[in-house]
Amino acid sequence: MILLAFILFPLIGAFLAWASAAVHTSLPRWVALLVMLAGLILAAGIWIQPEPASIAGADWRYVYHQPWMPRFGISLSLAMDGLSLLMIVLTFFLGALAVLVSWDEIQDRTGFYFFNLLFVLGGIAGVFLVMDLFLFYFFWEVMLIPMYFLIGIWGHGHRLYAALKFFLFTQAGGLLMLLSILGLYFVHGASTGVYTFSYAELLQTPMAQGTGRWLMLGFMAAFLVKLPAFPFHTWLPDAHTEAPTAGSVILAGLLLKTGAYGILRFVLPLFPEASHAFGEWFMLMGAIGILYGGQLAYAQTDFKRLVAYTSVSHMGFVLVGAFAFNELAYQGVVMQMITHGISTGALFMIAGVLYERLHTRELEKMGGLWAALPGLGTITMVFVMASLGLPGLGNFIAEFLILAGSWQAYPWIAVLAAIGLVVATVYSLRIMQKVFFGMTLREFKLKDMSLREAVMLLPLVIAIIWLGLFPQRVIDTAAKGAPSVAFQHKDK
Amino acid sequence: MSTNDLLALLPIILLCGASVIAMLLVAVKRNHRVMHAFTVAAFIIALLALFRQPDNMPYLIAPLFVVDKFALFNTGLILAAGLSVLLLSYNYFEQREERKEEYYILLLLATVGGLVLLSSRHFISLFLGLETMSISLYGLIAYLRTRERSDEAGIKYLLLAALSSAFLLFGMALVYAEAGTMDFVGIGQYLKGINEPPVAVVAGFGLMLIGVGFKLGIVPFHMWAPDIYEGAPLPVAAYIATVSKGSMLVLLMRFYRDVNGYDYTILWWVFAIIAMASMFVGNWLALMQRNVKRLLAYSSISHMGYILIAFLAGQEAGQEAVMFYLVAYVITSIGAFGVLALLSDSINDAEMLEDFTGLFWRQPWLAAIFTAMLLSLAGIPLTAGFIGKFYVVAAGVSSGLWLLLALLVVNSVIGLFYYIRLVAVMFQPLEGVPVRKRLPFFGVFALSALMVLLLWLGIYPSVLIAMIRDMMLSMG
Repeated sequence: MILLAFILFPLIGAFLAWASAAVHTSLPRWVALLVMLAGLILAAGIWIQPEPASIAGADWRYVYHQPWMPRFGISLSLAMDGLSLLMIVLTFFLGALAVLVSWDEIQDRTGFYFFNLLFVLGGIAGVFLVMDLFLFYFFWEVMLIPMYFLIGIWGHGHRLYAALKFFLFTQAGGLLMLLSILGLYFVHGASTGVYTFSYAELLQTPMAQGTGRWLMLGFMAAFLVKLPAFPFHTWLPDAHTEAPTAGSVILAGLLLKTGAYGILRFVLPLFPEASHAFGEWFMLMGAIGILYGGQLAYAQTDFKRLVAYTSVSHMGFVLVGAFAFNELAYQGVVMQMITHGISTGALFMIAGVLYERLHTRELEKMGGLWAALPGLGTITMVFVMASLGLPGLGNFIAEFLILAGSWQAYPWIAVLAAIGLVVATVYSLRIMQKVFFGMTLREFKLKDMSLREAVMLLPLVIAIIWLGLFPQRVIDTAAKGAPSVAFQHKDK
Repeated sequence: MSTNDLLALLPIILLCGASVIAMLLVAVKRNHRVMHAFTVAAFIIALLALFRQPDNMPYLIAPLFVVDKFALFNTGLILAAGLSVLLLSYNYFEQREERKEEYYILLLLATVGGLVLLSSRHFISLFLGLETMSISLYGLIAYLRTRERSDEAGIKYLLLAALSSAFLLFGMALVYAEAGTMDFVGIGQYLKGINEPPVAVVAGFGLMLIGVGFKLGIVPFHMWAPDIYEGAPLPVAAYIATVSKGSMLVLLMRFYRDVNGYDYTILWWVFAIIAMASMFVGNWLALMQRNVKRLLAYSSISHMGYILIAFLAGQEAGQEAVMFYLVAYVITSIGAFGVLALLSDSINDAEMLEDFTGLFWRQPWLAAIFTAMLLSLAGIPLTAGFIGKFYVVAAGVSSGLWLLLALLVVNSVIGLFYYIRLVAVMFQPLEGVPVRKRLPFFGVFALSALMVLLLWLGIYPSVLIAMIRDMMLSMG
């Protein structure tokens, strides 16, 4: 029941927020904030509790099951293990901050704005919790429409183009995944006589080698686009750049993570054989993404576009780690999902804060801001350092674990990925230099961070440092969700 | 004829009677409101008559009709569709034409034709039903005489429909010449009895396909669709898109099953090619279309392509998918045309993309409904269209139609482009203070009901699925 609450809170809150706009235009913010905080407290409460005895032999902390469409064997089936728990905490954490980010930025049509914001978050929460493949696809698609509106209505200049591109890319990937889901459904039905979309049952599907590989590629189509991996990343810079700040935060912090989550939760356990067969190629793809994304990031002159390309680079590590098939790399991937969500989310927020003051995202028009904005500069420094992988901050732990894990699997890919750290240093320092250092001819005064901005950025600083110094808590929690089936698979 | 015979055909008889009474009503005194109320009542009574049916299903009325669950379900669907069109019509015609009453008579007659098609099992009833519907449609399409494109649309439909009927007749004659029977089941038995169907029968089927394809608006017999959708009054366009196409589709399913069409690979391939062509042509031509009526026409061509994929999947799952998709398609099409109809003023129809700019800030409720309908056409979750598309894909996967499914995916993405563009236009910011138009109660009521139905089927489709499944199983 508590799992249903995580999905229903945002969805019901979305309608409440919309309705409350009729009373007063600032009311939706409060509704949205309260809903997100309630969810955050609930999720954090579960995390703090000592781990309960696992349910049904698996590592689930909670399960919820309710038939939905018996004709197809579809049920409203939710479950939470360590991985889902971490993702849910991240969802509500960033969700609450996204509401704060939009506090002043969004002034028109607040009701509909917060409706969309909460609806996206509800869809994301659903993706992280469902254990029924039909429902997974369902929530996968539910996230799209409100995100489309967020970008298309409240975005910047080329918002319609960006929104449409985002939509078409993800939808194309999603439909291929739907074909694969149905393929799996019928393969399972044909061999066992039971037609069901239940994750737990589909795990035991016997399949021919060729079938498994094709089905796996269908799933990967959706996840690679969402991740995004090179060469399916072209929607991302547009979408991130044109979206309103909260939209960018959610895109980078959460939506990209659904792709990574999908790989860990579905691709590896469902298709261990195929994953091993293609693993090396996906790792290579990830490594190319790391280098290519980093290189493009360096070349950008638009702050948000730069950060967007760093996402391509960082998410490449996720792909590398996921297909290394060992515990170490897996822990790194989970860490990377969380720390990237936090650090990139923070950088997008900083871009938003700067935009509110300077009304530009062009790096060439910034510079020398340290004197005017020392507080913001300090915080930016933390996240720039996180992004380049400074020890003591969360991202370092994540990338180190991934590199150590993938070295065991494919040393030469680990080498390629490690070069990415050098590239990251270059583009990250460039942010700092272009924005805060250097000369300025600016003569007007700028206000440093307001209380609201401090309230939304400081928790992120605390989180990224905490993750860097005490990662064990996350690693322990995530250990219970590891796709160990895939690790043990031997085909050599 | 026994009482049970009459009972089984009650909906048809009721509507026939209603059209006669309607004619008399016009003769006594012209009153739009009374006429509208009477027609609505006739439809509702015909719907209620569905619940008073003989117990022994399928009920055969030799040689022309068979009333089984399949026919009953679709009769309900067509009547409900006709009723929704009616509710959307009142205001649309009230602000236009002077003589509005005959519209309702024609609508009743066209529906009679459609209902005859649904339960016919014989070439004669097929042709009678088809012609009753077509001839009423000629009048309906050109009903608003004073508008510029009305005549063009009416004449075009008249010529093409007559031509296609001729093909159909010729085809039926050829089949009859060889088989010696005009009964569907009889033809099936004849075909089973011989190894290789003679050339005349093959040619006959081919010619019939032209007639059927024309009514369904599938490629390459689709040319009429955009012009007719554009020129016809909006409620009539909705009617053609749903009732006319729907009843023809049902007839095709029945005929195909009775003659064991799935046994013939060549026929399968013909339909497969038609399906592919319909998807691509429909979506491709809709892509850059700025006229929303034409856009919906092209989109309906591509949707017929999707339906054909499910149709080709055959067996149970395929037929179920066709039925579910048809229901979803009927709801969405009427909904989409209904929004257009409510937005139209007395001179112009709301049809260009520009007419929808910022609709969300002018008419939030209508825009929300239209968005829901478009998303359903695009197959996005929470809507009936999503479950429908899922059903179609599931049917395709179970029969291993991978090529067709891959093309369906490609086409869904192409389709998304223009649906989403239309949605985007509605959400564009509006300059100046929005002028709100008062909306007619019945129209909004009908559209709201359709939207509720759309969401209900999208979220909890089990009831309808169980119903369709039960119906299909009873057919054997």
